[in-house]
Amino acid sequence: MLSNDEFAIIALSLRVAAASVVLSVPLALGCAWLLARRSFHGKTLFDALVHLPLVLPPVVIGYALLVLFGRQGVLGAALADCCGITLAFRWTGAALAAAVMGFPLMVRAMRLSIEAVSPRLEAAARTLGASRWRVFWTVTLPLSLPGVVVGVLLAFARSLGEFGATITFVSNIPGETQTLPLAIYSLTQSPGGDAAILRLCAVSVALALMALAASEWINRRATRQQRGGGS
Amino acid sequence: MIEFEAEVRFAVPRRGEGQGGVERVSATLRSEARILALFGRSGSGKSTVVNMLAGLVRPTRGHIVIDGETWFDAALGVDTPIERRGVGYVFQDGLLFPHLNVGENLRYGARRAVRREVSATLGFDAVVDLLGLRPLLARVPASLSGGERQRVAIGRALLSQPRLLLMDEPLASLDNARRGEILRLIEAVRDEFRVRIVYVSHSVGEVTRLADEVAVMNDGCTIACADTETVFNRDDLRPYTGRFEGGVLLEATATRCDERLAMTHYRFDGGELVAPGTDTAPGARVRIRIRARDVAIALTRPSGLSIRNVLPATVAAIDDRGGAIVEVRLSLAGGGHALLARITRAALDELQLAPGLPVFALIKAIAFDRRSLGFTA
Repeated sequence: MLSNDEFAIIALSLRVAAASVVLSVPLALGCAWLLARRSFHGKTLFDALVHLPLVLPPVVIGYALLVLFGRQGVLGAALADCCGITLAFRWTGAALAAAVMGFPLMVRAMRLSIEAVSPRLEAAARTLGASRWRVFWTVTLPLSLPGVVVGVLLAFARSLGEFGATITFVSNIPGETQTLPLAIYSLTQSPGGDAAILRLCAVSVALALMALAASEWINRRATRQQRGGGS
Repeated sequence: MIEFEAEVRFAVPRRGEGQGGVERVSATLRSEARILALFGRSGSGKSTVVNMLAGLVRPTRGHIVIDGETWFDAALGVDTPIERRGVGYVFQDGLLFPHLNVGENLRYGARRAVRREVSATLGFDAVVDLLGLRPLLARVPASLSGGERQRVAIGRALLSQPRLLLMDEPLASLDNARRGEILRLIEAVRDEFRVRIVYVSHSVGEVTRLADEVAVMNDGCTIACADTETVFNRDDLRPYTGRFEGGVLLEATATRCDERLAMTHYRFDGGELVAPGTDTAPGARVRIRIRARDVAIALTRPSGLSIRNVLPATVAAIDDRGGAIVEVRLSLAGGGHALLARITRAALDELQLAPGLPVFALIKAIAFDRRSLGFTA
């Protein structure tokens, strides 16, 4: 049904999306907690910064990444020197681009679910001798877990579809940076690819539906649990 | 020893408990009591004071010293974090962790105890058994009743080995039957575990039953802090302590039980009282609250009467503020103890009561139930 090349494209897409999510989860959790629980100077600016990828043209993000993380970029050169990591025109770069683009979605879902945890429960935990850090791991995170997982799934789905920033930052290299949307785009540029396009589109739809179904299932389960359906 | 002299100002007038919050809460407490009650109506700032003790609200100025250890001092810049203060906090609504079962909730605070290397004077089994929590250990909080939830909350606070147990209206969300049960448990906790308790309530019944000392709060300020008997018998505090339930407090000792009649006799320095129930051991000290509306007055010692408590007394004063009801202050013949009687104006006229007149105070034995008998150890 699917050719080996197509399987490789899907595998690469999943790898890029997974890497992007793994990369952004800790940072997104931190940002979400800061936005939900702390007040500090410049919070509005920080909030805007987090949301920027949502409203900027993806090409702009891709270009900014290219300038910063390209071979000659400030951060790109430093990363290559100290850790031997190259991002430009590599699948890791695609993962970074997808992570940046999915970040606001992830933070948003996490922030909402952290805000839904009663601060009084956290206060109760602190009176029982738990530090802020322990309160986060033992009370805040477990109680906001459904929302956190939904945020992860949303960002994952978003990463699978990332196009503009990816193609600008790491180009469209088959076998290295050519993810599903980029492959579909390439096929539309060449004659006679209609059947392949349809197959890849079907795969995209299937993956997106699975992510949405999973998040819906988690939401329902969480609601049932909070209504107290047994132990 | 609790030394508390602190104040907090809220930038925005905050809605306190219920309606009509205050912008400023300022309290001065000095107490060695086993149970210190913060008493006052809703919105008077009681919870804010407790939150300052716990570290949940940061005072604007002042200092908080517990047993010689400074928890907060604005001048010295000391502010011990909540988790290192060693308080156990029982909230009005329990606030159990919904994602943990009862056993896990109970053990949540045990870690601090280990780290602080306090010997676990409050053992897990002892607390679980005293509060009757063993059958609940595997349940989740959502499946518990209100009373069960509050029992778990008390156990959880105790197992964190607190130096100070804070209870903010722990009975507020319970029905009357559960209230009696939790009150008994609080007394048991006080006697078994020797932990100091700060108890917040607007209920005269709870406070007179439990507290050794009472701090009265009004409009965000402490207006009195003294032992319970003094506070509730002080006339100038009546507007705050007895508006709805005027009465007096007596300290008494159980002398003997009559098993056949299921009655117990109590002796106080002004006479003897009998009350139903035999679960008070002879020799136990109790505090009896006699509500003004439970006291009747007779000019001669009546006979053929169902009322068990007949005490000779003298009319000391008559508080007549107009209306159908007047309050008569009686001085008991034995030791000058005071009683309040609430009677109708019609009765006052008919009996022609006047200060100095010898009378008999009549109190139905069933006016004292478990709710008006407070046990003091």
